Amino acid sequence: MAGKTLYDKVWDAHVVHSEGQDTVLLYIDRHLVHEVTSPQAFEGLQIAGRQPWRIDSMLAVADHNVPTTSRADGIDDPIARLQVETLDKNCDHYEITEFKMSDLRQGIVHVIGPEQGATLPGMTVVCGDSHTSTHGAFGALAFGIGTSEVEHVMATQTLLQQKSKSLLVSVDGEVGAGVTAKDIVLAIIGEIGTAGGTGYTIEFGGTAIQALSMEGRMTVCNMSIEAGARAGMVAVDDTTIDYIKGRPFAPKDDQWDAAVKAWRELKSDDDAVFDKVVRLDASTIEPQVSWGTSPEMVTSVGGHVPDPAKVEDEAKSQGMQRALEYMDLEPLTPISDIKLDRIFIGSCTNSRIEDLRAAAEVIKDRQVADSVKQALIVPGSGLVKQQAEKEGLDEIFTKAGFEWREPGCSMCLAMNADKLGEGERCASTSNRNFEGRQGKGGRTHLVSPAMAAAAAIAGHFVDVRNF
Amino acid sequence: MKAFTKLDGLAVPLMRNNVDTDAIIPKQFLKSIKRSGFGVNLFDEWRYLDPGYPGQDASTRKPDPDFVLNKDRYQGAQVLIAGDNFGCGSSREHAVWALDDYGIRCVIAPSYADIFFNNSFKSGLLPIAVDAQTVNKLAEQCENNPGYKLTIDLAEQTIITPDGETINFDVDQFRKECLLEGLDEIGLTLQKRNSIEDYEAKRKHSAPWLFS
Repeated sequence: MAGKTLYDKVWDAHVVHSEGQDTVLLYIDRHLVHEVTSPQAFEGLQIAGRQPWRIDSMLAVADHNVPTTSRADGIDDPIARLQVETLDKNCDHYEITEFKMSDLRQGIVHVIGPEQGATLPGMTVVCGDSHTSTHGAFGALAFGIGTSEVEHVMATQTLLQQKSKSLLVSVDGEVGAGVTAKDIVLAIIGEIGTAGGTGYTIEFGGTAIQALSMEGRMTVCNMSIEAGARAGMVAVDDTTIDYIKGRPFAPKDDQWDAAVKAWRELKSDDDAVFDKVVRLDASTIEPQVSWGTSPEMVTSVGGHVPDPAKVEDEAKSQGMQRALEYMDLEPLTPISDIKLDRIFIGSCTNSRIEDLRAAAEVIKDRQVADSVKQALIVPGSGLVKQQAEKEGLDEIFTKAGFEWREPGCSMCLAMNADKLGEGERCASTSNRNFEGRQGKGGRTHLVSPAMAAAAAIAGHFVDVRNF
Repeated sequence: MKAFTKLDGLAVPLMRNNVDTDAIIPKQFLKSIKRSGFGVNLFDEWRYLDPGYPGQDASTRKPDPDFVLNKDRYQGAQVLIAGDNFGCGSSREHAVWALDDYGIRCVIAPSYADIFFNNSFKSGLLPIAVDAQTVNKLAEQCENNPGYKLTIDLAEQTIITPDGETINFDVDQFRKECLLEGLDEIGLTLQKRNSIEDYEAKRKHSAPWLFS
């Protein structure tokens, strides 16, 4: 019999009951909660007269709607304020641990889970948010769910699930200097497409993934969903264990030793068989820039906007044509000719301390181009912000003309006041370049923090390796 | 949950690939703490020429006459014929609620994003996956025949076209049963209370750090 994949191991350890055919009742260890996808679930619970099954599995934070400017006066927008207050009220009522807006630990839900050690290897982690895949970097099975399932987990600590197929994405060799985790994952999505991982759980492996820090692995797993996969995972190694040690929610003393022993098993067996395998050569990956309205519409910084007329598949060609019209780009335009109106460095993809350090390295002693209307840096959490300030990064940013903000989702999805105007073009370290994602009529180019920083200085895309 | 059994509904084609949940219901409408009222903002950025915001008076909006849902012949549509990878992007169940609130009870597409597909079954919306050729054929027939209705029979797992052609589709049996009966999944799961408690007891022993 073939060995088990990492996904098999975590899945098997959480099956409570088999429901026949392919459906099982799967136990959930960690339930992360935010303000946007939880109010209707709490309401459902109350209407049915049910109680949350395991309060201690839950960790809540408001991130999507929070302002990134001073919070002294609360939230201006009354509808957003009500949503955040509803989360506060629900968490107070059920005594769920919540990092409120004034808490130093507040931040983007996918940044604070790992930061607190609330995300651990081998766990099942869910949240009403598709970027829950981020937590798979820890060898956890982590995936986004809808609000009905949020209520199901609250009430039963389980989910009815069907097992996915398994896809190994192996990135072998070494990436060149200036090529980051973001470039790796964009290149993967460019290769397999936005539906390439649909129906699969991805395991990211290979020497280039093993060489990444936890921050880098989180960036890669974060965008599993942009490749169509609900979950992406990375095997546990010393990097994982070193990151977790000493964090507030991490196991301590004897339990730590027992946990580490169990975590060491969280890797695919040598003879495990995957349903599909994709291999990439890390040395061929260059800094990436998306040009269209789907994350698969991506190319290297040295490349050009593609020509839809040269694509044979009619549906694909039409999709590209439509994307270029929306993006206001001509075929064959060099990527480096694309000028930017705004820069956004932040989001659950790229707002951790390493991301800010990478941006600061590029920005140091330089100035944001006059043609750039706004350059925003939004740290992923209050603790990331504090660390960055301790290292003096905030001064580098503000001296260069960047705005240094309070933590939250911000312009990644533009639910708060941070958004693009009609027709504005943004270099963004976020994860989605859909039409209207960063504001109605706004145009998003997905890049790494270093590439966004370089674009801010130059006013257009440049290859950060020669910058 | 609302049951889905049989539907005889007007169809509307929206043949774009990768229709994402941001397009189905833009983010500003997710600030609501309710489950209802999203239909008026379904496909907001495609449907209207003016910017949409929560709490707006719908009668003041400027519909885009070129957008398919705004055409007279498609008013009252209940079946959406769509392209590949429908519902990709964010996990917002609001996308399903918006389709449902607008009146769409069934989507027919070659493929769906996993989370959207899963969410649909939880809110009584039936997502049918059939091959791209069939979807294209249905879309074409729909465009060429005003008043084009499809009959969807979940129990029989069939789509019947106006010419009487029967197209079979697959659906997971457990999901089918829940949808046909409009079952409360949480209630069903809580009947397994003992299994969940047994699992927890064992797990507390083998991995105590998950419970501290």
